[in-house]
Amino acid sequence: MSNLIQNEMMKLLAKKRLLIIGVIVAVLIILFTYAQYKQAEEQREKLGTDDWRTAVQQQIIDIQNRLSSSRMLDEWREQLQVTVKQQQYYLDHNINPSEPGAATFTRMFIENASSLFIPLLVMIVASDLVSSESSQGTIKLLLTRPVLRWKILMSKYITLLLSISIIVAMTGVLAYALSGVVFGYHGWNAPIITGFTVEAGNVDTSGVRLISQWQLLLMDFGLVWYIAVVVGTLAFMLSVLIRSTPAGMGIMLAALISGAILNNMVSSWESAKYFFMVNLQLTNYLSGVAPPIEGMTLLSSVLILFVWWLAALIVSFIVFIRKDVY
Amino acid sequence: MMSNVTLEVNSVRKTIRKREIIKDINFTVRKGEVFGFLGPNGAGKTTTIRMLVGLIKPTAGSIRICGYDVKKDYKKAMQHLGCIVENPELYPFLSGWNNLLHFARMLPNVGEERMMEVVKLVGLEQRIHDTVKTYSLGMRQRLGIAQAMLNRPKLLILDEPTNGLDPAGIREMRQFIRMLAEEEGMSVLVSSHLLSEIQLLCDRVAIITKGEIVKVGTVSDLLSVQERMSWRVEPIELGKEVLRSLTEVMETEDGYVLTSFDEEETPKWNKALVKHGVKILEMNRRLPTLEDLFLELTDGGGAGIE
Repeated sequence: MSNLIQNEMMKLLAKKRLLIIGVIVAVLIILFTYAQYKQAEEQREKLGTDDWRTAVQQQIIDIQNRLSSSRMLDEWREQLQVTVKQQQYYLDHNINPSEPGAATFTRMFIENASSLFIPLLVMIVASDLVSSESSQGTIKLLLTRPVLRWKILMSKYITLLLSISIIVAMTGVLAYALSGVVFGYHGWNAPIITGFTVEAGNVDTSGVRLISQWQLLLMDFGLVWYIAVVVGTLAFMLSVLIRSTPAGMGIMLAALISGAILNNMVSSWESAKYFFMVNLQLTNYLSGVAPPIEGMTLLSSVLILFVWWLAALIVSFIVFIRKDVY
Repeated sequence: MMSNVTLEVNSVRKTIRKREIIKDINFTVRKGEVFGFLGPNGAGKTTTIRMLVGLIKPTAGSIRICGYDVKKDYKKAMQHLGCIVENPELYPFLSGWNNLLHFARMLPNVGEERMMEVVKLVGLEQRIHDTVKTYSLGMRQRLGIAQAMLNRPKLLILDEPTNGLDPAGIREMRQFIRMLAEEEGMSVLVSSHLLSEIQLLCDRVAIITKGEIVKVGTVSDLLSVQERMSWRVEPIELGKEVLRSLTEVMETEDGYVLTSFDEEETPKWNKALVKHGVKILEMNRRLPTLEDLFLELTDGGGAGIE
């Protein structure tokens, strides 16, 4: 088996996929670092002070002004009210919600990247792991060796898991290393509040706990890895089912983007919560953003994703072992 | 007896969506022979070959390679097999050597030494460390054979091995295949839709059409199907009349007159034509085409078969 995995890694590296992904991540992080830096600077100019309390205060006032506008969807209103309450909580307890530093940047980047950006990167690898062999015709050489088919597919799947781990780790390291140049390499121990739960537009603070930022980062990365594995496995399944890599990628892309859109409009369509793409914003549960559909919890989302993962894996293996190769 | 047979195909059928693509195929390939698999495009050659190498599962029947059933003893059967199905599709982004390494890792007991050996065997020493995308078709073909030889197979299956090669490449390939059979004692199964190729290369041949084997026999048996002579004459009606008085005559759609070929008789017919004032524009010996053969074989039993 280790021979087969070595083979897959050799092909992956020769195609320079991971390198391309690394470059994409680096460019994006540089862009965001600059944007963040600009924003902080502008805020300082506007408020005339470095004090974070003033900034948070200002944010609360801004949101309240928006809330007073009568033409606003109810869902949006609720979401904003929740944000106001959270900010107020931070203010009351004298904790800076966005302590400057590379660690904070990394956390924000990974949280925002979790439902679309990282899955997209994973897709680059997962989508053509099997279908490229079919379209190149090398599958015929691969499947006429004295190696059982499930072992070949398993070696490819393990390679996928390795690549996902590399991609997630790479994103974290690059985000910390590059943003640190501007924001400074600190912030690991900054206190962070987690455990807000949102019910019917009310923020429940009874479960709130204070943890260090590194603890939250660790949880964030764990969740992001989990999301990436689920999305990667689905793309992997499509790659087994469909010979053409672009077609598989297109389907996966459509699903991911529709997930991003659905998140903003499904609050009244309850059964939509069984779609995998509506459940990708796992990190939001940690920071206390209201879920897109009421009743969704971290546990329910993780379970729904697990079911999708398992189904995709079973379908992949059964189809790959049984199919006739033309 | 059994040890002499490297491939045994027993009542193999394949049905796809209720259509029977392959209908009850039976044949054996013996040690040290080059076996031809001849049929027009779409006759089921490639489907059959894909079943032999385990890419497609037969609906019924059994395939044994060196006595091991492809279905039940897949790993053991594949250890004795080397194959190229259709074009030798290798990884274009890897070097020739890494391609070999890739397939060597999937085989038991194939190390660098053996890899070096097969590279030498196909004469790719100079370019083996270049990426495959810089290779010519002939070099890819040779690398394809090198990977098929890694495990010292007892049976080598090549699907249309001369497809796309230039005449020099075709001749080289032919010599190479003969060498493998005669010197290494390997069985080689070669598929083709060209009769001339099978004639030059194979010891025995199976003819397949519409998913059925219509004949298995030695190549010399097949050749006993008469060769023909084709004439282009002017005026054609007169020419036909003259020839008809001497022998049996057929006319093709594109204006040729066909007769049988006979070294004794043909010059006499020629003389007769000239005597009657018929201009002879063209005379050609014609090998039987595949269609002729099929006609002969599927029509009323066929002369000179086995």
